[in-house]
Amino acid sequence: MRAPSPKAALLAAATGLAALTLGPAPQAAPDNYDAVERGRYLVTLGDCVACHMNPNGNHEGAQGFVGGRPIETPFGMITTPNITPDRGTGIGTWSEDEFYRAMHEGIRPGGARLYPAFPYTYFTKMTRRDVDAVYAYLNTLEPIHNPVDRNTLPFPFNIRASMLAWNGLFFEPGEFRPDPNRSPEWNRGAYIVEGPAHCGACHTPKNMLGGDRNSQHFAGGPLQGWLAASITNDQRLGLGSWSVDEIVEYLKTGRNARSAASGPMAEVVEYSTGLMTDADLRAIAVYLKEPSQEATPAAARTPVSGDDDRMKIGEAIYTDRCMACHTGTGQGVPHMFPRLAGSQIVQQEGSEGVLRVVMQGVRAAYTPHAPTSPAMPAFAWRLNDDQVAAVTTYIRNAWGNAAPAVSAGDAANMRRLLENRP
Amino acid sequence: MRRLPRKDAVIVGLGWTGAIMGHELCQAGLQVVALERGPWRDTASDFNIGTAPDELRYGIRNDLFVRPSQDCVTARNTMDQVALPIRRWGSFLPGNGVGGAGIHWNGHTWRFLPSDFNIRSHYLERYGEGIFPENHMIQDWGISYDELEPYYDKFEYLCGISGTAGNVNGQIQPGGNPFEGWRQRGYPTPPLRMQHAQNMFTKAATELGFKPFPLPSANLSQAYTNPLGVTQGPCTYCGFCERFGCANYSKSSAQTTILPVLMRHPGFEARVQCEVVRVLKSGDGKTATGVVYVDETGEEWEQPADLVILAAYQLWNVRLMLYSGIGRPYDPNSGEGVVGKNYAYQANSAVNGFFDNQLFNSWAGAGSLGITADEYNGDNFDHTGLNFVGGANINCTTFHARPISARPIPPGTPRWGSAWKKATRDNYLTTQNIGSQGSNMSYRDCYLDLDPTYKDRLGRPLLRMTFDFKPNEERMSAYVTSKMEPIMRAMGAKQIVSNPKKGPWSVVPYQTTHNTGGAIMGDNPRTSAVNKYLQVWDMPNVFVMGASAFPQNAGYNPTGTVGALTYHAADAITKQYLKNPGQPLVQA
Repeated sequence: MRAPSPKAALLAAATGLAALTLGPAPQAAPDNYDAVERGRYLVTLGDCVACHMNPNGNHEGAQGFVGGRPIETPFGMITTPNITPDRGTGIGTWSEDEFYRAMHEGIRPGGARLYPAFPYTYFTKMTRRDVDAVYAYLNTLEPIHNPVDRNTLPFPFNIRASMLAWNGLFFEPGEFRPDPNRSPEWNRGAYIVEGPAHCGACHTPKNMLGGDRNSQHFAGGPLQGWLAASITNDQRLGLGSWSVDEIVEYLKTGRNARSAASGPMAEVVEYSTGLMTDADLRAIAVYLKEPSQEATPAAARTPVSGDDDRMKIGEAIYTDRCMACHTGTGQGVPHMFPRLAGSQIVQQEGSEGVLRVVMQGVRAAYTPHAPTSPAMPAFAWRLNDDQVAAVTTYIRNAWGNAAPAVSAGDAANMRRLLENRP
Repeated sequence: MRRLPRKDAVIVGLGWTGAIMGHELCQAGLQVVALERGPWRDTASDFNIGTAPDELRYGIRNDLFVRPSQDCVTARNTMDQVALPIRRWGSFLPGNGVGGAGIHWNGHTWRFLPSDFNIRSHYLERYGEGIFPENHMIQDWGISYDELEPYYDKFEYLCGISGTAGNVNGQIQPGGNPFEGWRQRGYPTPPLRMQHAQNMFTKAATELGFKPFPLPSANLSQAYTNPLGVTQGPCTYCGFCERFGCANYSKSSAQTTILPVLMRHPGFEARVQCEVVRVLKSGDGKTATGVVYVDETGEEWEQPADLVILAAYQLWNVRLMLYSGIGRPYDPNSGEGVVGKNYAYQANSAVNGFFDNQLFNSWAGAGSLGITADEYNGDNFDHTGLNFVGGANINCTTFHARPISARPIPPGTPRWGSAWKKATRDNYLTTQNIGSQGSNMSYRDCYLDLDPTYKDRLGRPLLRMTFDFKPNEERMSAYVTSKMEPIMRAMGAKQIVSNPKKGPWSVVPYQTTHNTGGAIMGDNPRTSAVNKYLQVWDMPNVFVMGASAFPQNAGYNPTGTVGALTYHAADAITKQYLKNPGQPLVQA
């Protein structure tokens, strides 16, 4: 005799309950199969699960959309909503028009204004057809009852009406308009990057009120205790020296000969870019090499002199602690240990990214194409602030790199940040 | 005891063989659970570069190994002695946790010689019955080198082994081992970069007529991405391999070659800190129905499964079979029975050379950084009149000079005090050794059974080991060691100290963790426990992986052959057995 599987029994009970209390689940009608499949892919392009998935990390099926994950913004924590078609706690009662209005104008049913942590400022570029497809797809999900406390922002940012004024300053609704002088591939890339993939949400610096600084389009900046790297065409700080193929490989596998996606970008690769079609990745890369707005080029920078004590100490620490993987010339090991020489991550103006990686350690993205997911160990427990400052100053200014020196105070700030927010 | 939902296959132990088998079975569409009694181990968290090279923790206090309180064996040299429990591991160090012995190995990755597999018929034909030692139980393996070649290849390409081929499809290659069996292609990566000692050895040995070649290494010379898509980094020659996990992703192990893919496989599940107590059998005793295991809280679970894979270390596979009543236990008095039979070990020797004016810098090494000469291994040389069977490979390695244990001092040095300190200083950088990895034949009175007295923490009898080195092995070791001395002399050592293997075997000093036999393979259920697919003759839904299948031990490290046999078995299970489950793959 064989006992029933506890998991199977639990699942049966749960589905039974759902059927009893909620009535028939909304299902995709057979005639909108194409729209649903388009929507499924658009949800991948938009990396929706990265924010809306279950905070316990489950992103299988509808669990990828149940909400509740806290998203850190400069103004406080915002908890993401449930976007499964649950009628009580999700978007089950929303009409197609209401969903489009939320995506296009940042206004939800009833007129309340959404915060731009939900990147409607990018989704507004999406076509009505694509937004309807997302709606169709979300409505095929299992409705999951999951009430989320949405009001977690402190005063005055908790007043949603304030977004009216914000929108007046920083938001212009309007669908993407293709540039007839550019190739279809470039236009496809522009649409994805500026629309559903909302790359600028992290990679374009924000002003004090959280609006995009358009003059610094894709120039990167601090983000959630990390650093979103520049993805401009700058040779030193951006993707200027990356080929289209290298960008495609990075977005597809999380790895290329230069670098490895980690931190928040690892999630982007795992949930979004790693699942995109090769044609779309190529389109993104083509667009990033010639974006519609070019950021002001970064000023040339003189490296910290090799005679500087911080460089000498840094080199000694590097030799002991870092060289085994990253090699003596900072070349790293392709697809395994990132190259530091010429690395734009290492040379960003802000040191948050490199400090975080050195002090907290980090694990590279997993993708089926690059499953190894190697890790950089944490060094905060074995290097003091002066030593961290020296070694990061060294890697930012050795082998032809050039970036501002890192101070012990910078390291101390990162140490505090990591203690408060592990 | 609570009963869990059935799985297609349960794997006992998640080391090399468990991981290989898990991956192959999952790829075939099976739902698989692996039960590992030790902890989860992962390069990023457990072999952090900041803590991995800790000699006291790992090299001396044996952090990666089974705790004697968790499990051990009793040992004796002869059948008339009373065996006593090993209370501190010495002679060998069984692994523990995910990755198993594949975590703490040095990475020597050999293929056995073609004549190792048909050793009995080969020696019989060449020398006649008189060559065999008294009371020997030497048997053919029931499989040929040619049958295993594709699976050796598969394992080497999984690992990215660094080496120089000696025989590609019958063509002898310069710089490789001219004695090796044919291989279908060269090694996946070039050999490691040799140290001063290897260069000296190569020169000396070549002048003496040897054909030295790089030891095939699982410490990789360069980055390598295997067919599963998993990438390893290049070895940094830090010298923390044996007894340690590799922090640089450069030593092949389940962690660095399979687990990143396997752990994400929807068909696979691993449960750690779960010790399998016994295999369950059907009422008629002809089929295994699953296993019983105890989790870390002490709770007992029944895991039903259609297929049971024993993939624990050699010793524990044999103990599980004996305790669960799988196969007929071996009786040394009658010579009948098969489980526990033909326990063998390895007869190693060393020649230490103390030099005046050479700096070997042995701290810059790798587990498998070495040069080998194979002239006196297996039957590569004429045994006529030598009065022994077998042989040994001759290795000049630089694998570590860790500060606590690497204290090369000449005989006669005081064991403590200022003279000892001075000798340490004088010899630390200027000593080099040549070692031999010797075969060990099987004998009627070298075997494993259940101890009549001592029990483990779960109340099961401990495994009892009855073993000694026999005159055949002593003669072999003396002979091969005598061939090593001239090389050391030619290298210019001012003082040479030879240590050929001599009995009696002692459990105290570390010798090697190459324990073999006890569930041996063969072509006849009367004389072997498993067939050539490692399938238990008497219980076709149980397969037993690992070196427990070796009918006797060859003059090489076992892992390459263990990997090849596992892939060979996996291939047979997925391509033949699953079409007709429950049936023997070889008719007795």
